[in-house]
Amino acid sequence: MNEMHSVILIAVIAAVTMILRFLPFLIFSGKREAPKYVMFLGDKLPYAIIGMLIIYCLRSVSFGAVSGWLPSFLSIIVVAALHVWKRNTLLSIIGGTFVYMFLVQAVFV
Amino acid sequence: MNTKTIVKKAFLKSLPVMAAYVILGMGFGILMDDKGYAPVWSIACSVLIFAGSMQYVTVDLLVTAVSPVHAAVMTLMVNARHLFYGISMIGKYKNMGKLKPYLIFGLTDETYSLLCDDRDYPSERKKAELYCFLVTLFDHSYWVLGTVLGAVIGTVMEFNSEGIDFSMTALFVTVFVEQWLTSKEQRSSLTGIGAAVICLVIFGESNFLIPTMLLITLLLSLSYRKRGGLDE
Repeated sequence: MNEMHSVILIAVIAAVTMILRFLPFLIFSGKREAPKYVMFLGDKLPYAIIGMLIIYCLRSVSFGAVSGWLPSFLSIIVVAALHVWKRNTLLSIIGGTFVYMFLVQAVFV
Repeated sequence: MNTKTIVKKAFLKSLPVMAAYVILGMGFGILMDDKGYAPVWSIACSVLIFAGSMQYVTVDLLVTAVSPVHAAVMTLMVNARHLFYGISMIGKYKNMGKLKPYLIFGLTDETYSLLCDDRDYPSERKKAELYCFLVTLFDHSYWVLGTVLGAVIGTVMEFNSEGIDFSMTALFVTVFVEQWLTSKEQRSSLTGIGAAVICLVIFGESNFLIPTMLLITLLLSLSYRKRGGLDE
């Protein structure tokens, strides 16, 4: 771990996050209204981005051996099923993570 | 409404977020510890960044020591939605005073969901500002508290943490399912998945995010044009 590099990355991430949160207030303060196209993207992006992030998490999955993909896929099914059933975010996350840890530590070793 | 009533109102309002933030914050703390980062690192992230999903991604960015530009672009993509929270809060925060910068800084998904309806703000301007400040501050505190707990647990307890990274995947799957069940935006959700899979296959795992984001924006813009620019 390179400490200086980590400090820089955290500073960059914090700064960009802050810029994104402040920008609308700086641009559209007062009378200027946000254009329709921006509002449209604002409506749709949150959904598309979450889909993208799921694939991002699965980017290293390999289909060579069963242990390369089955634990992730089974655990995702558990998370989704738990969530459809109980609609409790914490239960879904903890349950799914527990199943995944069990699978990679005890079953597909 | 006196100050004590406002504190109570804000605290009650923030309660649903408490459990979520403490647990997710713990997950982040444990994850950072697992990757060799002392508590001061994870706590600094939670105080300064204060963005749930992004901090989970941050762990990855730190471990793989990506370039600052890569980190900036990734943050831009993961947190772009905050632009739109901001847009919808402009009117509500218009008359806020000196606490306004903190209100904007702390506008996370959860804080936004608690404060986006200004009908239950106290009617007086000063009191409304205090109320929003407290809700934001409570949320921020839960998040930092969870991180401290996670970092300490990670340091004190030795356990086989292999696979704990999956908590991030689980978080996103939960949000995905929740969106799927409660909105009419299934097409947008599938656009995200589809674009990401296509770009992953074409560009490979270390370069696919930027093309994916461009493709998503392109596809959404096309559907916007097809509707003649009008949404619903």
